Amino acid sequence: MSDPVVFDRIRQDIKDNDVVLYMKGTPVFPQCGFSAAVVQVLSHVGVKFKGVNVLTDPEVREGIKAFANWPTIPQLYVKGEFVGGCDIVREMFETGELQSLLKDKGVQVTAAAAQ
Amino acid sequence: MKVAQSIRAKLEAAFQPQHLVVEDESHRHAGHAGARPEGETHFRVTMVSPAFAGVSRVDRSRRVHEALADELKGPVHALALSLKAPGEGV
Ligand SMILES: N[C@@H](CCC(=O)N[C@@H](CS)C(=O)NCC(=O)O)C(=O)O
Repeated sequence: MSDPVVFDRIRQDIKDNDVVLYMKGTPVFPQCGFSAAVVQVLSHVGVKFKGVNVLTDPEVREGIKAFANWPTIPQLYVKGEFVGGCDIVREMFETGELQSLLKDKGVQVTAAAAQ
Repeated sequence: MKVAQSIRAKLEAAFQPQHLVVEDESHRHAGHAGARPEGETHFRVTMVSPAFAGVSRVDRSRRVHEALADELKGPVHALALSLKAPGEGV
């Protein structure tokens, strides 16, 4: 079944970092349009995040799908909680829910993002 | 059109949507990882269904993932979703 070792690594990552994006490629060089779109939203909001490139780690690529019961990449986590993929992050950004969520969870965003 | 048809049929059966559009966007991803020469790998689903009323965004998607589990395990590499309850606007 699921590999507990990889689950442990995921749990550690989303515990040690307020905002984690499991993505294809890196924040600087996203290798998929869906991942790139989330990077763009997060940059726009002005929140610091850790990007985990699943393309360099097949174990994490499959592990994160089982972990969240979510079959696709990207996946965004805030304070250890799964928020969604690209469609959901985009919708939440457009309605302002993403910004509220970050604020409610006490995640710091840069001044530029406040407006 | 085989994959698109089965996506449509399964979504209609599971969600009785008031509005359903299944678009094959594979041509826009030709040559990308996960693309197959015959297409039918990248889809966009836009759906309005009463089944989504009072259901969170994540759970709406999970229900669609469940209904399309065979497709996601098989030919479908990417699936963009816009899922609304009636009155939420498309
Ligand atoms: N609706 C998804 C779209 C993401 C998606 O379809 N991702 C695909 C292509 S990048 C995926 O992860 N496929 C499985 C895989 O590549 O392991 C979202 O909102 O994030």
